[in-house]
Parts: sequence; C-alpha cells; structure tokens
Amino acid sequence: MSSWPPGLLLILGGLLLPGLPRNIRRFGLVLLPLASGLHLYWLVANGFPEPVGLILFDHELTLVRIDRLSLVWGTIFHIAALIAAIYSWHVTDRLQQAAAPAYAGAAIAGAFAGDLLTLFVFWELTAVTSVFLVWASRTDGSFRAGLRYLIIQVASGVLLLAGIALLAGERGSAALVFDNLWDRFQEGTAGFWPVTLILVAFGIKAAFPLLHNWLQDTYPEATVTGTVWLSAFTTKLSIYALARGFAGADCLVWIGAVMTVFPIFYAVIENDLRRVLAYSLNNQLGFMVVGVGIGTELAINGTAAHAFAHILYKALLFMSIGAVLFRTGTAKASELGGLYKSMPWTCGFCIVGAASISAFPFFSGFVTKSLILEAAVDNHYTLIYLVLLFASAGVVDHSGIKIPFFAFFSHDSGHRVREAPGNMLVAMGITAALCVGIGIFPGPLYRLLPYETEMAPWHTYSFGHVITQLQLLLFAGLAFTVLMRNGIYPPELRSVNLDTDWFYRRPLPAAVRACRRIVDRLRTHGVAVTGFFLERLRNALRELFGPTGLLARTWSTAEMVFWVSILLGISLVLYFL
Amino acid sequence: MDKSNLPQSPEPSHHWLDQPRNVNRIVKGLYLLCGLVLAVDLLDAWLGFKQQIHPEFARTFGFYGVFGFVCYVGIVLGAKQLRKLLMRKEDYYGE
Repeated sequence: MSSWPPGLLLILGGLLLPGLPRNIRRFGLVLLPLASGLHLYWLVANGFPEPVGLILFDHELTLVRIDRLSLVWGTIFHIAALIAAIYSWHVTDRLQQAAAPAYAGAAIAGAFAGDLLTLFVFWELTAVTSVFLVWASRTDGSFRAGLRYLIIQVASGVLLLAGIALLAGERGSAALVFDNLWDRFQEGTAGFWPVTLILVAFGIKAAFPLLHNWLQDTYPEATVTGTVWLSAFTTKLSIYALARGFAGADCLVWIGAVMTVFPIFYAVIENDLRRVLAYSLNNQLGFMVVGVGIGTELAINGTAAHAFAHILYKALLFMSIGAVLFRTGTAKASELGGLYKSMPWTCGFCIVGAASISAFPFFSGFVTKSLILEAAVDNHYTLIYLVLLFASAGVVDHSGIKIPFFAFFSHDSGHRVREAPGNMLVAMGITAALCVGIGIFPGPLYRLLPYETEMAPWHTYSFGHVITQLQLLLFAGLAFTVLMRNGIYPPELRSVNLDTDWFYRRPLPAAVRACRRIVDRLRTHGVAVTGFFLERLRNALRELFGPTGLLARTWSTAEMVFWVSILLGISLVLYFL
Repeated sequence: MDKSNLPQSPEPSHHWLDQPRNVNRIVKGLYLLCGLVLAVDLLDAWLGFKQQIHPEFARTFGFYGVFGFVCYVGIVLGAKQLRKLLMRKEDYYGE
C-alpha cells in the first residue's frame, strides 16, 4: 500500500459500495475517508516518502508525490470527505454513495499527482464522477445542467491534454513533471501555447471570470448532499494546481481581483440561496487566485490556509442551506424566512459559517484571509489591497448577512418544520467547531502550511488588526441596517439573472438551429447551387488530402494528439447543441 | 421535504425577535458597537496600535469604517441597477 496514491481507497470504495447492503453502505461511506486519511498519515508518519514512479510508453510518470503543499490539500480534502459523508448518512441512493467517495478520491489523488499526465487522469475522473451528484437530483433541469457541466469540465481536461501534448512534443517526457510551469515559461524552457492551454484548463475549473458560470449553473441543481461534496473538491483542486504550476504569475493577481468583485453583485440580486453561495464561492476563489499570483511564501501560505478554511465554512453554509432545502423543499430567499424558530441549531451553525466567511475575529476566515491581504500590501499591490477590501465588504453582504438573514430571520414565511436530521447536525457541529477552533487557535493550521515562515502574532490578533477589521464589518452591517430600514435594500424576487451561460443556452443553440435549417433548405431546393459548391469542395479536398497535400505530410504524435483533442472538444460541444 | 411542514399562516408568536422593540434594541446595540470601535480608534493617536497597519493611509481615523460603509452601499445600489439589466422570469430558460 506504500505505493498506492492517497485517495485510491476512496475510488475503489466508491466502486464497491453500491453492491453492499444499505447499512453497510452508510458505514462504508463514513469509514472510507477515515481509512484513506489513515493511509495518508501512515505514508507521512516518518517524513515525506520518496515519490512513486511508473514508466508508461517511455514516459516517466510520478504517481505519488507528497510534500508540504500537497499535504495541505490532502488533509483538508479528507476532512471535507468525512464531514460530507456524515452529512450524507441518511442518503440511501446507490448512485450518490458510489459517485461521492470516488469523486473525493479522484481529487485527493489529483493533489498528489507528481506529473501532468497523472494529474490529467484524476482531473477528468473528478469531472466524470461528480456529474452524477448533479444528475442524482433526477430532474430535467439537473440533467441539462449536468450535461453542460460535463462538457465544460471535459473541455478543461481536453485543453489540459492538448497542453501536455504540446509540452511533451517540445521538450520530451521529462517536461511533464508537475512543477512551476510559469517559471519554466519565464526561463524559456516551456512554450507559450502549452503553458497557456494548461492555464486555461486550470482556469476553467477555478471559475476564472467568463469561464465561471458552470459553477453557478450546476451547484444549485445538485442534490442537497451533492452540493456539499461538490463545493469542496473541484475548484480547490484547481487552486492547488494553480499554486503548484503558476505561483508568481502576476496576471493571476488581476484575474483574481476581478473574481473577487463581479460575483458579489450577482450574489446580492440572486434569489436561490444555493446559487448565492456559488457566487460567494467564486468570490472566495478570487482571494486565493490573487495569493497564487503574488506567489511569495506568505502569499502561498495564505492561499493554502484560505483554501483550508474556505472548504470548511463554505461546506458549513451549503450544509445549513441544504438542511433548509431538505426540510422546507426550497432554497429560494423569496419563500423563506423566520426559520430560526423551527431550526435554531441549523441557524446557529449558519451564523458561524457566515461569521467565518466574513472574517470576523475568532473565526477561521479572519486568520487566513489576512495573510493574502498582508502579502498584497508587502508586494506593493495597494490597488489590489483596496479591491480585496471592497470584496470583503461584499462578502459581509451576500454570505455574512443575506444568507442567514433571508433564510432564518426576515419575514416569517410560515414554514413550521422540524430541526435538521441528527446526522446533518453532527456534520454541521463538527464543521462549526473547526471554524471557531481555527479562528481561536490558528497555530496547528499555520504549522501545516507549505512554507515554514515566521507566523508572527500580527498576522492574526494584533489589537490594531482586530479593531480595523471590526470597523469594516460593523460598518458594513450598519449599512445593511440603514438600507433595510429605509426600504432601499433590493427585495428577494422569483427570477433568474443572465450570466455568461446565456451565450450557450440561448444564441448558440439558435445559431446551430439556423445553420441546420439552411443546410436542409439547400439539400431540398438548391441542388444546382450545391453542385457548383461540391465541385469546388472536391478541388479543395484534393489540395488538402492529395499526395502533395497538407495532411499528407508526416506529423508528430504530439501534434496529432493536440488536434485530436481540439476535434474531440468541438465534437463534444456540437453533440450537446 | 416534510409534507406536513408546508407553509402556514404565521400565528401570533412569542419569539423574542418577533417583538419590534427587541429588534430596535439589536439595532441600537449595533450603533453602540460602531461608536465604540470608532472611539477606540481615536485612542490610536496616543497608543499607536495601528503602527503595523499598511498601507499608511489606512491608519487614518475611521478609514475601515467609512470604507466598509461606502463600499457596502455602493455594492447594493450597483446591484439594484444591474438587476434592471439582467433579471428575467424564473422560467426564462424553459427548464
């Protein structure tokens, strides 16, 4: 087992679970993350083990590489899987019980991949396994959203494969080692196109601006428990991939800053609270991407710490709204309110999550986000610092106030429901305790971070820092109160808001339908015209495929794989449309 | 979903937060806390506890409070305008 990738137990367990009796499946789902976590800590008990290699078609692969950076993600992924498994205890659906651990295992194994090809395998496996958590809702909307999700996720993998193929074509298989690609690009040992393709592949899963909308489209369509699993792994695996491959890429500072800002406007006007949380997730990823872009030891530590804390408080928020959805049948703010009376524990846990994401002192976000802000100031990104402060005020609104206020307080919606099931309360309780624990005692988390830098008390609890942060948060709360009491705060309305998915849900299918109509018309009425065009097409094809044609040349395998990847991506999109 | 727990007309309630008087108390508490953090901020001139705050202009009295308030209001008002442009009916995509 010493050569098994961490996470493999979860993947294998996911394959086995559906065949077992119901109660064993439940226990199995909880025991798998525990067993996999023990496996990981058995591997690192006596220091980091030697990487595990494999020769495949003359390519030297590194299946497992455990170091301080990957260990942060490996640790939090296991904790998240355990919490989500407890939260899912009541689920008896074999599909979800198989897909969820396999998905978590793929993300864990991906974080420990030492080369790009191994990463690609687990990258795609996360896509293929996670889509079942969306489809498990078994509604028409979730099926369509799942298809869109799968195409975008697979497209990310196709781009990654294309980048890998180009990289191997340029520099041989030694270039496939997964280290800082940005540094290699700067040094001239990796080309522009492979590095760009890999960055875009990572960017899709990290929900970069304009590539982001799969996140808000899909997560609210997944099952109550599925969204909790989804919130932890895909996007954070891509943040890990960025931290590993693109630390110090200064373009990411600006991309991340945009990511922190634009989702907050959407979150304010969104009615579906799980979609609000998806926008909020996008905004938090922006902080991490900024940290990766700054790339210093403090910034990477900040990114890792924030990813760790974020997985917990975001899961807690998704769990609390999931519990509301489970009990009331809706997560729409316009149909909720007053639930603190019937679900006081869930309400309390939601408030802990809201305080953590808002970075209230003594909650987890406070001790992690400040590292990224500090790194921005240290590196003279003053404008970025102000943008991050602006985004922090936005976080107070959409996740700190809006989520708990409209679900649990506001006007009484009349829902008289039971408190969340015991397993959900246990999962939320553990997560809330971790959020507060990290906030009060950040030492153990700081010691886990990738770089052993001096973490002075300033980073957390200097008096000046606490007072300034309290000012920001309390005055943002004051603004909410003033706007609410004066009837200026926008009411929650049953609606959808247009986002980038509009392009591939409205005009693109319309364009494809129009093309199809034109082709049909030509086929039936334009025989003479098409005859003329067919002649020209034949000549063009002869030029292309003839003995001296373009495609008769000898092409390298890498180039062929690249073009096959592109064609595969196009055919996927066309198939969907 | 609990079928027995469908929305009902809210009956008169004795919950603490259902009393407007208590909501007003919370709001007054918030005003008090805001005033308190500003008052503590004043002490910085003597105690210098904001020496580690960077950039330097952020050490100005009340900077974070004003910034938080203004940004929050700006975000909400901006989002309200955005809603006019982006909001569609719930069945817009026909799903």
